[in-house]
Amino acid sequence: MGKLIEIRWHARGGQGAVTAGKLLAETALGAGFYFQAFPDYGAERMGAPIRAYTRLSDSPITLHSPVLEPDVVIVLDPTLLGVVDVTEGLKENGVLLINTTEPPEEIRKRLNLEGKNIRIFTVDASTIAIQELGREITNTPMLGAFCVATGLLDLNKIMEQVRKDFGKKLRPDVVEANVRAIQRAAQEVKQG
Amino acid sequence: MREIMALDGNAAVAHAMRQINPDVVAAYPITPQTSTVQTFSEFVANGLVKTEFITVESEHSAMSACIGAAAAGARVMTATSSAGLAFMWEVLYIAASYRLPIVMLDVNRALSGPINIHCDHSDTMGAREAGWIQIFSENAQESYDNFIQAVRIAEHPDVLLPVMVMHDGFITSHAMERVELLSDEEVQSFVGEYKPAMPTLLDVHNPVTYGPLDFYDYYFEHKRQQVEGMAHAQEVILEVAREYEKLSGRRYGLFEAYRLEDAEVAIVVLSSTAGTTKAVVDKLRAQGKKVGLLKPRVFRPFPAKELADALRHLKAVAVMDRSISFGAMHNAGPLYLEVLSAQRIYGGNMPVVDYIFGLGGRDIVPAQIESVYDDLFRILETGQVERLVTYLGVRE
Repeated sequence: MGKLIEIRWHARGGQGAVTAGKLLAETALGAGFYFQAFPDYGAERMGAPIRAYTRLSDSPITLHSPVLEPDVVIVLDPTLLGVVDVTEGLKENGVLLINTTEPPEEIRKRLNLEGKNIRIFTVDASTIAIQELGREITNTPMLGAFCVATGLLDLNKIMEQVRKDFGKKLRPDVVEANVRAIQRAAQEVKQG
Repeated sequence: MREIMALDGNAAVAHAMRQINPDVVAAYPITPQTSTVQTFSEFVANGLVKTEFITVESEHSAMSACIGAAAAGARVMTATSSAGLAFMWEVLYIAASYRLPIVMLDVNRALSGPINIHCDHSDTMGAREAGWIQIFSENAQESYDNFIQAVRIAEHPDVLLPVMVMHDGFITSHAMERVELLSDEEVQSFVGEYKPAMPTLLDVHNPVTYGPLDFYDYYFEHKRQQVEGMAHAQEVILEVAREYEKLSGRRYGLFEAYRLEDAEVAIVVLSSTAGTTKAVVDKLRAQGKKVGLLKPRVFRPFPAKELADALRHLKAVAVMDRSISFGAMHNAGPLYLEVLSAQRIYGGNMPVVDYIFGLGGRDIVPAQIESVYDDLFRILETGQVERLVTYLGVRE
């Protein structure tokens, strides 16, 4: 891992971006990294666009300001494209990971990123979530795609963390459905 | 067993409370403090503490219940924020003047109006004359550590004053970070069994009265004694910090000096913004600029001499205030006024300027902090101070 990796999450209230950020942070803790996970609290309500942030580093993080120039942007909800400027501040050679049925090439055109040095990854996390979880909660599958897209954290470690965290409050079959969703998203994510 | 956990600031303090295992917690929820007492109430419900947890109908009642319990000889804690602290105003003074060692978390949040739930320091700054010791924390780890130390500071027989520990609303209260917890046994033995230094209401062999009428006959003497408690607090805070360092390996003082020894210019700022400023200092140092930071930890009692000594060699200083003292000199912030007074009595005669920032949770980003250092270097070059008070990041 580089010195400091900054991640911005785009989602709608209720889709689990904050939970995903925290899961990522807890996985980072297990891997010995320093981290921060914090949401952008506004007058949040179900369905409203929200942002959340995660910082990962191999040394203590003293920054306590919002992430302005992320290395990685993760979009949990495809309907945010065109509503929110998801690429705002995204660094050169940064990663843009989107839950969408569209292939990366289409996204590149749609967001005017042709010729720009941004690595685009897409995965249909909504379909995976509906098939595996029975509900369109895309945060866990997106974590699987994140591991593949960035190589920052080990996929098995994320699955372990989900088993540990969700195991405390969810039925075993629901926990395993989440793990399957993570695995599928990791396999199905496309780069372009 | 010591544990390293992923916790937000509020949960970190709830764990400190669990490990301290106080006799009584009386609290009322208010954003962004709520999750502290909520998490703690789960510890109570799960039988992890033997605390009597009193849910009350308001913050005025929360502090009143704390006062009653503390006067009866219990180790007492609570937590609040913003309007909740304001609603405690009357009883804050009573807790301090009865010399009750109550420990409270205040999650820093703006005061209304207009209505705002986000971070600034108006709430605790307004309470700075209430007679409480005030300790600010940069992050979740510091808040956890400060809260444990606060018990020992408050209960010290030379002090006997309530202690308020602060961390920034949302920025710290709701940001999950890596927090190193001591073991339950270590915390238990550090705070020790509570033995009230003064007779309490339930001590039938030494009957006492708390809070009788106290007119022109003795009120003044009681206030004079309260000053003594505050005056002793500074040495006790350092003593407790030394002992805590031996236990935890984490060092605390009256303030933290960051790359300050050979600095030409420096920023003085509290809490989470000091962390962000450290990153800016590192960046500017890498460019060869001699910049530093001083982060006050203890605001009451204000360490005037020590702070002035630490700043004496600087050529210009900027104080950053996350609140306004309306109607004070130049409508400056409270931290600026304290630093300036300390300079006048103990310090050098370098220019000291004030920056009001971040009111109502307005973001403060590294580029803005960098601009403050730029301003300080401009003062060095020109020898001119254009503005004593600057509003950083406001639309005018």
